[in-house]
Amino acid sequence: MWQKLRENKSLQGTLLSSPSLIWMIVLLIIPLILVVVTSFGGRDADGNVVYKFSLDNYIRLTGYSATESCGIGAEAVPPPCFNNLYYDILRRSLELAFETTLIVIGLGYPLAYFVARALPKRRNLLLFLILIPLWTNFVIRVYAWIIILRGQGVLNGVLEWTFHALPFLGSFQPVEMLYTQGAVLVGMVYEFLPFMILPMYTSLEKIDPALYEAAADLGASSLRTFWRVTLPLSMPGVVAGTILVFVPVMGTFVVSDILGGRQVVLVGNLIQRQFLDARDPAFGSAASIVLMVMTLIVTVFYTRKFGFGEEVAAA
Amino acid sequence: MSNRRSPWLKLFSGLVYFFLYAPIVVLIMYAFNSSRTNITFDGIVNQEPCGPFYWFCVLFKNRSVLDAAKNTLTIATVSTVVSTIIGTMAALALQRHRFRLKTFSEVSLYIPIIIPEIVMGISILVLFNAIFGWLNTVLGLTGDNRLAMGLGTVIVSHIAFSVPFVVLTVRARLHSFDHAVEEAAMDLGANEWRTFRRVTLPLIMPGVLSGAMLAFTLSLDDFVITFFTTGPGSTTLPIYVYGLLRRIITPEVNALSTVWVLVVLLVLLVSQGLQRRQVG
Repeated sequence: MWQKLRENKSLQGTLLSSPSLIWMIVLLIIPLILVVVTSFGGRDADGNVVYKFSLDNYIRLTGYSATESCGIGAEAVPPPCFNNLYYDILRRSLELAFETTLIVIGLGYPLAYFVARALPKRRNLLLFLILIPLWTNFVIRVYAWIIILRGQGVLNGVLEWTFHALPFLGSFQPVEMLYTQGAVLVGMVYEFLPFMILPMYTSLEKIDPALYEAAADLGASSLRTFWRVTLPLSMPGVVAGTILVFVPVMGTFVVSDILGGRQVVLVGNLIQRQFLDARDPAFGSAASIVLMVMTLIVTVFYTRKFGFGEEVAAA
Repeated sequence: MSNRRSPWLKLFSGLVYFFLYAPIVVLIMYAFNSSRTNITFDGIVNQEPCGPFYWFCVLFKNRSVLDAAKNTLTIATVSTVVSTIIGTMAALALQRHRFRLKTFSEVSLYIPIIIPEIVMGISILVLFNAIFGWLNTVLGLTGDNRLAMGLGTVIVSHIAFSVPFVVLTVRARLHSFDHAVEEAAMDLGANEWRTFRRVTLPLIMPGVLSGAMLAFTLSLDDFVITFFTTGPGSTTLPIYVYGLLRRIITPEVNALSTVWVLVVLLVLLVSQGLQRRQVG
């Protein structure tokens, strides 16, 4: 038997890869199938999942209400009607994900370019300085923004001091910045900026400096060189970074939970509450499927359009 | 190049670095705050024990913090060992062998990278709920005897999201591997196992080590997957901090964050040092 195993390369491959394959099947593929199955189910009075086939959860996500009226007070519409509760949550999540991605590209690209074009001696240090915030815990990094943004926080302190030093600005009123959508946006940008910088750096660093010289020799201005040489060649990094930022921003619930309080509800918060507070896993599963499909559509569309580099793996 | 010396680029990059570091500096500064409520900075604490390091001493006497630290390290160590071993095996198989299910294995490894973490978290939660619910009924367990989520479920889930990263890292190393050295060893009479132990493994070791390092840091840092798979006795540090953020936040949390930043710095320095040695 031992001899047989030695000669059979295919069997060796199967055996070597089987532990990880089994792990992936049991902990990724089966659970995902279970979520799909659960999303068609319902719940009983104790909050246990009841397995059946109904589209109720998905219909509920569209905002359709058959029994309860939509809206509050005088504007209430009698059933059957549509309320925009879940539509608003989805729209807000998409909006925040796009805004975060755009801002992060805007902040990250120049920095990635700066690091990639720095002297090789300095480059390691500059990169290292991006890794430290990246590896500092996610929850801890969000917490820092509570100290900065709250009413009596650091930012208001700095603003107050500025107004004091420059009297012509007028009198100062502290601004409550915490628990707003803006606070969530700042938190998201802060959390995901390094994920954008690293892949962009990887593809910018690969560009041969000779290309810049060639462009300059041929009389291209530095702006033109940037448009025609640097930007196209660094697109794989931008694409990889966008996926690394967009997908997690769409799904995160920690930033909005901590910096948005109960005011800013995103898809992630909706899902988390269905599983832990509302005890309606079937509805939470349906919301997860919608989230997954939405992110997959964006990812596939985006990678098809712009191509896909090795940068995701490099990051 | 005019680009390299552009003062605007330099200024802009400096500001982005400031944006990255200001919160961390604030975080560390508030670890020395004398105000217990920690809303405003009321000067540097100077209290027994430990004077300015008062909150650090309070931290290191806090049983829940120590337990959470112990859990975090246990989970990270066990999941790193397992995911490094099975990940390296899979990388070897995928890089060198042709076998049935190869494409399927490769695709399955990309799942944790492309699906949102929360979906992976809740899907594992659904799985464990189903398994434990079924087992508790079948075995007739009630009350405190019921099987529930804990260290075991967290470790198993951490392995699931770490393995793909180990495979990617080791495969990158195997890519530049020269098969001739293995053939030479076999020609000189070494059997497969000996060749693997004495030739292959030492050559791919840097890849295996960086894979392990990555798995370890991912596990230490994880919040979302742990959040959905943890039980009463298996609180990790990120979960503990998250719990505190919903109550009064004393400078103790900042002291903990400061220690965390320092540990990250140390780990990064060590791994950079290792990498440099491998290159040299």
